[in-house]
Amino acid sequence: MVWDWFPTYFDQLVAGLLLTLELLVVSIFFGMLLAIPIGLVQVTGPKWLGRIALGFCTVIRGTPLLIQLWLIYYGIGSGVFPEIPALRESILWPYLRDAYPYAIMAFVFSVAGYSGEVMRGAFAGVPKGELEAARAMGMSPFKVLYRIWLPRALQNVFPTLAGEMVLTLKSTPLAATITIQELFGVGYQIRQDTYRIYEPLLLIAGIYVILTGVIVLVMRYLENRVPRPAAA
Amino acid sequence: MWDSLQLLAFSPPGWGGVLLRGLVFTLIVALGAYALGLVIGFLGAVGKIYGGPILKTLLETYTTLIRAVPELVLILLLYFAGEAAINLALTAVGLPTISINPILAGILVLGFVQGAYTTEVIRAAMLAVPKGQVEAAYAYGMSRTKMLARIMIPSMIPFALPGLANLWLIVTKDTALLAVIGSVELATVTRQAAGSTRSYLLFYSAAAVLYLCLTLVSTWIFRRLERRYRPESGDALKLNALAIGRR
Repeated sequence: MVWDWFPTYFDQLVAGLLLTLELLVVSIFFGMLLAIPIGLVQVTGPKWLGRIALGFCTVIRGTPLLIQLWLIYYGIGSGVFPEIPALRESILWPYLRDAYPYAIMAFVFSVAGYSGEVMRGAFAGVPKGELEAARAMGMSPFKVLYRIWLPRALQNVFPTLAGEMVLTLKSTPLAATITIQELFGVGYQIRQDTYRIYEPLLLIAGIYVILTGVIVLVMRYLENRVPRPAAA
Repeated sequence: MWDSLQLLAFSPPGWGGVLLRGLVFTLIVALGAYALGLVIGFLGAVGKIYGGPILKTLLETYTTLIRAVPELVLILLLYFAGEAAINLALTAVGLPTISINPILAGILVLGFVQGAYTTEVIRAAMLAVPKGQVEAAYAYGMSRTKMLARIMIPSMIPFALPGLANLWLIVTKDTALLAVIGSVELATVTRQAAGSTRSYLLFYSAAAVLYLCLTLVSTWIFRRLERRYRPESGDALKLNALAIGRR
């Protein structure tokens, strides 16, 4: 075991760790935001919208994330977008040449697809009587949603959120395959620079274990603070 | 449009045949890894439930670590570590070094990762079997092996099926990760096809369709199996809730 490369790459590793955390937080936040309507339309309809949502979840859950990532980055990012002149001249172009937005897009879709399925179950699991009571109090459908239905559904899925975060954390290394220098990307770079086979990999594996542990502990702490739903 | 679709023709210069062969290798690797995972998972579950404190700690470390580290990192670590270890052993006894067959390497690496998840699924299923049945088996004078074979395994299947179905779907998708070490399965050949024709969109879409077909067919088969082995009590529903999926 040789660790003399560690001080040289310390700054890069920290930058990679921060990028990993950023990917995780941004993907979870926007993914969950997208998962709410995806779950909701499958319960409330309209039927055609529900079917589109179900199709989206099936495709996302039925294909490897790696293929989705490459399809979005290589297929659309470098195959379709550069062919559109209007896009090339727009102010968005400098961003669209970077790999980062494509990675975010793939991860957000992935979180939305997996959590959309969970949210569907959560919305369906809220007792009907509560929604009827809210309607009887004269709440508008939108008010029922954000005062009663959504909070109750989120309460039900909270325990699965920790698992979802760990799964997303564990899929962030895929971003390294499209040139993003997150934690795994930095580790891979160190391997290629120093010809050390195991040490960089073991180091980042250890960091991922710690991150997973932190996520699980923090979520458990938060879970205990969320008021528990009455026995279903 | 037609020109680009011709790239999917089955015979060269089309790449359709190459992709289908990749799909077959994906299936072989997935089946092998799944089978290896089942063996590890069964032994691991028995060890976790009936083993001594040292064995229990070792298995707990194995399942915890494997499930906390990204699959991509594990695949690289196990692949290089495995090859290096084998070659070290070969050099020690004076034999020439070898490079491992990519299919076998994929099966071993994914199977080892899969084993950690399978252990947890089978352990949970075993614990869901009513204690009375196990006690009754011992009361009849069955040995532990006989109890496992005659009572435990048949009655845990309904509890384990949803989780095992989920794990099969996961392992078929995880085979794509083998593309980072270079293999012969679908993701690797798709990348080669896309790279050499520069038709990225076409080939990655085609691969996605193939993976999706694999998932849909598997889901259909497992749904039929689940219907056949439906447990009598409602306990399996609770386990079903765990089967949410993974990338």
